[in-house]
Amino acid sequence: MTTEAALATDTPSGGRTAPAWRHQHVLDLDDFGRDEIDAVLNTADSMREILDRRIARVPALRGRTVVNLFYEPSTRTRASFELAGKALGADVISLTASMSSVQKGESLIDTVRTLRAMRADVIVMRHASAGAAYLAAEHTDASIINAGDGAHAHPTQALLDLYTMRHHFGDLTGKRVVMVGDISHSRVARSDMWGLAAMGARVVVCGPPTLLPRGLRAAERPAHAETALPPVTVETDIERAIEGAHIVMALRLQSERQQGGLLPSVGEYARRYQVTAERLARAHPDHLLMHPGPKNEGIEIAADVATSDRSIIEEQVTNGVAVRMALLYLLAGYAPGDVEGGAR
Amino acid sequence: MSTLAIHNARVIDPGLGRDGIADVVIVDGRISRVGPDEGSAVVDADRIDATGLVVTPGFVDLHTHLREPGFTYKETIRTGTAAAAAGGFTTVCAMPNTNPPLDSRAAIESVLREAESATIRVLPIGCITRGRAGAELAPAGELRAAGAVALSDDGDAVADPSLMRHALEYSTAFALPVSQHCEDPSLVRDGHMHEGWVATRMGLRGRPASAEETMVARDIALAELSGAHLHIAHVSSAGSVALIRAARARGALVTAEVTPHHLVLTHEEVAFGFGADYRQLRYNTDAKVNPPLREHSDVAALRAALRDGVIEAIATDHAPHARMDKDIEFDLAAPGISGLETAFGLCMTLVTEGDLSLPVLIERLTIGPVRAWRLDRQPGLDGLGTLAPGAVADVAILDPAATWVVEPGRFLSMGRNTPLAGRTLTGQVVATIAAGRVVHRLESVAAL
Amino acid sequence: MPDMPGLALDAQAPLLDEAGVRRAVSRLAHEVVEANGGTEGLVLVGIRRRGATLATRLASAIASFEGVLPASGALDVTLHRDDFAQRGLRSAPLPSDLPSIDGRNVVLVDDVLYTGRTVRAALDALNDFGRPKVVRLAVLVDRGHRELPIRADMVGKNIPTSQEDDVRVLLQEVDGRDAVVVVSKGGAA
Repeated sequence: MTTEAALATDTPSGGRTAPAWRHQHVLDLDDFGRDEIDAVLNTADSMREILDRRIARVPALRGRTVVNLFYEPSTRTRASFELAGKALGADVISLTASMSSVQKGESLIDTVRTLRAMRADVIVMRHASAGAAYLAAEHTDASIINAGDGAHAHPTQALLDLYTMRHHFGDLTGKRVVMVGDISHSRVARSDMWGLAAMGARVVVCGPPTLLPRGLRAAERPAHAETALPPVTVETDIERAIEGAHIVMALRLQSERQQGGLLPSVGEYARRYQVTAERLARAHPDHLLMHPGPKNEGIEIAADVATSDRSIIEEQVTNGVAVRMALLYLLAGYAPGDVEGGAR
Repeated sequence: MSTLAIHNARVIDPGLGRDGIADVVIVDGRISRVGPDEGSAVVDADRIDATGLVVTPGFVDLHTHLREPGFTYKETIRTGTAAAAAGGFTTVCAMPNTNPPLDSRAAIESVLREAESATIRVLPIGCITRGRAGAELAPAGELRAAGAVALSDDGDAVADPSLMRHALEYSTAFALPVSQHCEDPSLVRDGHMHEGWVATRMGLRGRPASAEETMVARDIALAELSGAHLHIAHVSSAGSVALIRAARARGALVTAEVTPHHLVLTHEEVAFGFGADYRQLRYNTDAKVNPPLREHSDVAALRAALRDGVIEAIATDHAPHARMDKDIEFDLAAPGISGLETAFGLCMTLVTEGDLSLPVLIERLTIGPVRAWRLDRQPGLDGLGTLAPGAVADVAILDPAATWVVEPGRFLSMGRNTPLAGRTLTGQVVATIAAGRVVHRLESVAAL
Repeated sequence: MPDMPGLALDAQAPLLDEAGVRRAVSRLAHEVVEANGGTEGLVLVGIRRRGATLATRLASAIASFEGVLPASGALDVTLHRDDFAQRGLRSAPLPSDLPSIDGRNVVLVDDVLYTGRTVRAALDALNDFGRPKVVRLAVLVDRGHRELPIRADMVGKNIPTSQEDDVRVLLQEVDGRDAVVVVSKGGAA
């Protein structure tokens, strides 16, 4: 059946292979193989080219509906998905759901089922509760993209981080990537760890002990759970962490951490953990600087460092649209039934 | 005069030190005789052939949430007691976190009135503090007079140390055990499961074992100060076990219970389920419970404490919820497991795995909890938890070797919230007799 | 053909052998220049992949007799096809790489013209890059069976075929040899 459909098209696709893709949903990178991450990043390369066209719009997903379901405010991620969906010709609807609909008794499951009944093909979801995207995925056959669930995961941000890193370093095998800051509350850090581990990078996380989650060190887990978290090195000393780093990523520090008693003061944090030019002198000579944004210059990152030629922070934003286009495209290709029927 | 004879069972009655093949004869709702061939001597009796089965006193649960009044969409006294009977329980102590809470004579009496039509015995627990608000003491004397057998604010801890001190002191006037849900609220704030590597994987804030242990330590000190009877509800951590062990060695009046789920399951259940596949994450709200499921080392310590008697009671913490309380975001989902109907089967895991003998398991489900709270001193409860002649005839008939699959849809409880759905358990309650009446019986058990 | 297991490409004698392909390309090159009235404003846009390879060859051929190398580029139409829902993820999209086409005389180049759907997708895609003065279509093989009102301006070889058959253009750069072969779909599976 599929062979016939393929033969009936007037340009054989000789020499091109189908991208490795096995996902109906994108919930986190913990179940992504290196081949799948490569498929996303390669597809994103093609999408970048489209974005550079005068009319940055192709009809690949015409007739498909992408719903942005955001329970938490977000401008960048939401806009990025809107642009991505529109560039591929999909209909894009953005809903800012408030938790008040939860209080009115409409459960997340109800909402997701309603959206599916309205023919949503992809639901991009951001939610303050860890695991919310998993709950949605269990109750719909639409594709769910996790655009951030509590402190758990943010796989599309991680993919765009990987895309940006690969663009500069090529193969990430053996590269030392250091994440500095509030690891406990960072969904980006969690997803980055999985993605970087899959790509063969050496991951170091660094922060004050109150902002490091328990169990990250393999020694804190029973032997049978060794692979249950990605392999990372944990440091509380930023100088030691940055030593020889190819990539240094500063994570956003929320001021609530001070009120919550996790930090003596933001000022002390800045003195002990700010990514500064002086500290970066210990990094690899070709090191690059990243930040998942929005950044607090003068707190987790020094202003001169954030705008230096080592910083690829701006690039991360542009690449975000291409990576999200790639995901929408690949998910559309997964949906069951796509290979039925012959040539028309 | 009605007579029921149970023939040829292995009778395990730890309260009386009996373990052997015998018949049990019940006359007019009370135990008449227990002994080899006693059944053959009686005439005109209903008979049950229990060859190959085990007969024990009916189980006693110190920790059951019946949800009535106020939360009858989760469970009622009628459905909760039916579930208890199906689980082999003939006495359940009903927790007072209802709406209104059981903090007044009228509230206790209304539960007792409602329970009159139940097939098994309901013993209400009164609140420690008024409205469970943790600010003022509830009227313990009045609650005692109305029939409360213990005090507890379960679901929440009494956080204020001074108030807890006074609650313990005051309880001594009425010989009421004070059952504390030990979790320091400030240490578990925003936490939804055990703090450890699984919580880190899931991006969830944890409830550290130390939140329980610090309060266990504090309350033991306060109990020793006042000479009161402190009962530690649902002990979950190895550290708590060590504290209780030391307190009891000093002679403090401290008792403790452990739930079947804390004896068998770990925090991995929340994320990975059985046959853990660490690539496939899930957020199983049916495994969300307070205190949370912890680590293998905690399970091992709890089993050891149960074996050597530092923990003398198994209690279910049966906490039924409606699907709408569970089929939501993990952090919003209600904590609790519907546990009455799986308690025996789950606890048999300890016997199967060699951590406990069957007689000791039965001890912890019968006379253990009775002695912990001295329930047999309550009026009309002489011989509770035993098959002593003259005692009310509460009996469980068990098949320790039978295997069965947990199907929540077939529960008698309205709460289908169990992480055990689909799991095969070994050990089944085949019949339950309360006050001489058969209140639960599997279809496969034929009358003679 | 690694993506077409089960197809025996050598089952029959080729419709065009290596020399035949060379002659057809050469003929196309001359027709392109003639239609354009020289190389002024000429842009060759090949449809990925083999059309793009052919466009490069045509440009070289034109350079050999005109002395001027015309501009050329590659266009990927994967994301412009109207049959994504049927095809799914059969092939990964590749970046397009085009010179400016505004006001130029674009010649779209492809290997086989069949239903016309690829060409329609290519015309759509071209719109996103600019507004050519004129667009012409050059194909190495026209095998008939059009489903859209599209025809080629320049054809290397017309090959009447049955819809049961599949026509394949093999090129040295992609496939390791030059040939045009016909394979029976019945031979698959």
